[in-house]
Amino acid sequence: MTTTGIFLLAILALGFLITFQIAKASEYVSVLKGEKKAFEQSNKINGALMVVFLVLGLIGVFWCNKLLYGKTLLAHPSASDHGKNIDTMLYITIAITGIVFFVTQILLFWFAYKYQHSEKRKAFYFPHNNKLEILWTTVPAITLCILVGFGLMYWFRITGDAPANAMQVEITGKQFGWIYRYPGKDNTFGKKYYRMIDEGKNNQLGLTWIDSTITKRDNHNNPSGTVDIKADPASFDDIVTNEAMYLVKGEPVKLIINSRDVIHDVGLSHFRLKMDAVPGTPTTMWFTPLYTTAEMKEITKNPKFEYEISCDQMCGNGHYSMKGLIKVVTKEEFILWRAKQKPAYVTAFPDKDPANKLPAPAAADSTKATAGNAAKQPIAAAKP
Amino acid sequence: MSNEAVLHGHPEVVTTHEVHHDEHHVHHHKETFITKYVFSQDHKMIAKQFLITGMTWAIIGGLMSVLFRLQLGYPDQTFPWLEDILGRWAKGGKITAENYYALVTMHGTVLVFFVLTGGLSGTFANFLIPLQCGARDMASPFMNMLSYWFFFGGSVVMLSSLFIQTGPFSGGWTAYPPLSALGDASPGSKTGMDLWITAMAMFVISSLLGGLNYISTVLNLRTKGMSMTRLPLTIWALFFTAVLGVLSFPVLLSGFILLLFDRHAGTSFYLSDIYINGVGALPNEGGSAILFQHLFWFLGHPEVYIILLPAMGMASEILSVNARKPIFGYMAMVGSLFAITILAFLVWAHHMFVTGLNPFLGSVFVLLTLLIAVPSAIKVFNWLTTIWKANIRFTPGMLFALGFVSLFISGGLTGIFLGNSTLDIHLHDTYFVIAHFHIVMGVSAFFGMFAGIYHWFPKMYGRYLNSTMAYVHFWVTLIGAYLIFWPMHYEGLAGMPRRYLDYSIWESFKQFSDLNKFISTVAMIVFAVQLMFVFNFFYSIFKGRKVTTQNPWGSTTLEWTAPIRPGHGNWPGEIPEVHRWAYDYSKDGRDFIPQTEPINPNESKH
Repeated sequence: MTTTGIFLLAILALGFLITFQIAKASEYVSVLKGEKKAFEQSNKINGALMVVFLVLGLIGVFWCNKLLYGKTLLAHPSASDHGKNIDTMLYITIAITGIVFFVTQILLFWFAYKYQHSEKRKAFYFPHNNKLEILWTTVPAITLCILVGFGLMYWFRITGDAPANAMQVEITGKQFGWIYRYPGKDNTFGKKYYRMIDEGKNNQLGLTWIDSTITKRDNHNNPSGTVDIKADPASFDDIVTNEAMYLVKGEPVKLIINSRDVIHDVGLSHFRLKMDAVPGTPTTMWFTPLYTTAEMKEITKNPKFEYEISCDQMCGNGHYSMKGLIKVVTKEEFILWRAKQKPAYVTAFPDKDPANKLPAPAAADSTKATAGNAAKQPIAAAKP
Repeated sequence: MSNEAVLHGHPEVVTTHEVHHDEHHVHHHKETFITKYVFSQDHKMIAKQFLITGMTWAIIGGLMSVLFRLQLGYPDQTFPWLEDILGRWAKGGKITAENYYALVTMHGTVLVFFVLTGGLSGTFANFLIPLQCGARDMASPFMNMLSYWFFFGGSVVMLSSLFIQTGPFSGGWTAYPPLSALGDASPGSKTGMDLWITAMAMFVISSLLGGLNYISTVLNLRTKGMSMTRLPLTIWALFFTAVLGVLSFPVLLSGFILLLFDRHAGTSFYLSDIYINGVGALPNEGGSAILFQHLFWFLGHPEVYIILLPAMGMASEILSVNARKPIFGYMAMVGSLFAITILAFLVWAHHMFVTGLNPFLGSVFVLLTLLIAVPSAIKVFNWLTTIWKANIRFTPGMLFALGFVSLFISGGLTGIFLGNSTLDIHLHDTYFVIAHFHIVMGVSAFFGMFAGIYHWFPKMYGRYLNSTMAYVHFWVTLIGAYLIFWPMHYEGLAGMPRRYLDYSIWESFKQFSDLNKFISTVAMIVFAVQLMFVFNFFYSIFKGRKVTTQNPWGSTTLEWTAPIRPGHGNWPGEIPEVHRWAYDYSKDGRDFIPQTEPINPNESKH
């Protein structure tokens, strides 16, 4: 242990010892003085402290706000249209709860101080009063209705259907990183199947690029049926990247959120949004980015500013480092960027030239249909 | 079954004792050390066992928070002495990610379940229900004893999980699968999770055994004249707590059993389409990870009220006694407790707004969640009115009860933010949530518990706790609690996610490093002061100032009509009869009128 550590512990021990001695002494003093007098004295001190605490507390609230407000997201405009609504809702809620907070806390500590014990006073026998009770049942109920009303109005706006022209991007969480997928020229995401995932073959999402028969394995690694997968041509032009999610300023985007292993969460703090990534159950979220990354650097006066995607759902020991990036760019920049991207299929099979591909027809989903039958087929395989 | 029959098992004693109760002694059976202090069936001893076990857990859980606050406050420093204590969990004097997550998880589990449920309800339901209802003991003292020992067993299993090779469970106290189901996804989900589930299962059994006992005692063993509407609010609160626990804990257990099947029996209740790095695709298909969250939060939300209601009940009682005024709006207080109990079952999905829950379903839960604020508001205003025009004695118990009200307001109001799905989508899983629930159910429930301990310690041990240390304890804890958790709201408003080991790599969240240091320092001071309380507690058991009067607080309730150190059976001779409600303070010019005093025909009505 360091010397400072020992020093700090020594101070703590000493402080404790002093408190203990005073505590013991005060007990003797109270015996000498008479319990009544000792009680009156300590009651006065605690009563005074109530008001001191109230005043210092209120000053502390303002001081804390002054110190920390600039470090929150509220110091800058929200980066999405939904976020603007959320900020409005936040201010309405702060205003209403703020009033209640100050009124009730002031009353609490003021009453405690004002009605502290005194020989002269008799407590007022006041067991109930229906009018008062009805008053403070209905007023909170009405106030909360206002909050619910505003809240649900915005909630349905945020969770409503994305505009038809929204760009679609798929984001998939894994321990511990994010995978982004764009649908490519055909504007259709190709089918994928989690048993096709093969990091070694550049297929981190399990896109169904080739016809294949997959042997299912049970918990003891014994084969238990097969699945026939048909290649989905729609997947051939899908762009898969781990670098960043590129979005266009002012264009609505719909995220299709997936997870490959455990539950993650796409946390977009600057856009004021988040949505869980649940394995086996895709979720969605849409919004319109309002400022490019470059504009945001100026707004926040932080040249290193980035729209970071934080994983907001505990996902394992690397949870804290599961960072993704969103680059909001202009339309032109986006087109340039996309032109430079190679479909994942081409990266995985460099011999296939995308220029020779036929336009992709939307293939029927063969996965689900055959999977059900396959499981029922007798298995003739021997144990490995 | 009558009280006498419960205690002695021979109902023939009951009928005759009115005539010659002077000869009726409470202690017929001889007690050995084992039956008196270890396998005791006396509700008061069981309460003390719960309390001391809970305190031990609180120290362990608190120490865990100090350790991870050390990491959060000083991420760039090393503490070589940590390696001496924790070994490979703090290689080179820095807490590893694995250890950090284990600490966070255990801190949550221990404090929510073992301290604030087991320790709080277990202590005060056991201690107060028979004494304030006027019963000799619980309806089933044997079940009551089992309840403690299941709690103890669960504690031992949970504690042992800290020492295994792969470490304790580290996936957060909510234990969401797939993370909690797959050992390959996180080392803590290996044996550590099996022990965690085992311990929790034993805990659930303990709380069911206890809860059934509390309910049947309150319903069946009230003394003559003690109608339900004459019960002190503590009993009402503990009664509703037990109802909540009995109805919701089984659902949690069922969720855990399905999780156990997924872990070991190859089922797919919660698992689907999973590919684990380094392992490959798992065979599970068709499960829903969200199902667990529904099962978990169906307990998880009532759990919040299981923690909070006893604190509310005790605060109500202690405020009234020390304000020397009746609690304002007794029936409204009972009604709001009832409303909270009902609503507690109907709001669980507000923890799941961002799981992809159907937005319409989400909107129903927004409405129901914000409805809970109405009974909560009624309670706050009633407490305020109780101390209005009072004559307040700042006993340590009273101070903590006042602190409870202050914290309940602060933490309750931020619940209005989080219960609103529009704001939750922004604030979910940030430090705002940490601040909210630590204030409203962590610290404020602790304040309720401290209030209870200071107030009923004289009844438990026949001695007082030292007041000077109590005052220091109160003021440092109150100020410290606000200093720790108030600024966290701002971190939450910056979107700073919870459960991160290190924020320095994040451009969006690294601006709070000074604040984190400050919070950690205050947390350590507050923890040290809690140790002083623990010292005060054990010191005063043996050396505290002795209680010399039967009713030191001038209280109306029945426990103060029992001897200063009641034996098993609580009252020598007959159980007192009750003639009035529990809150006749400062009525008709009298300081207080005990519940046992018959109504005087000239008395004013309330």
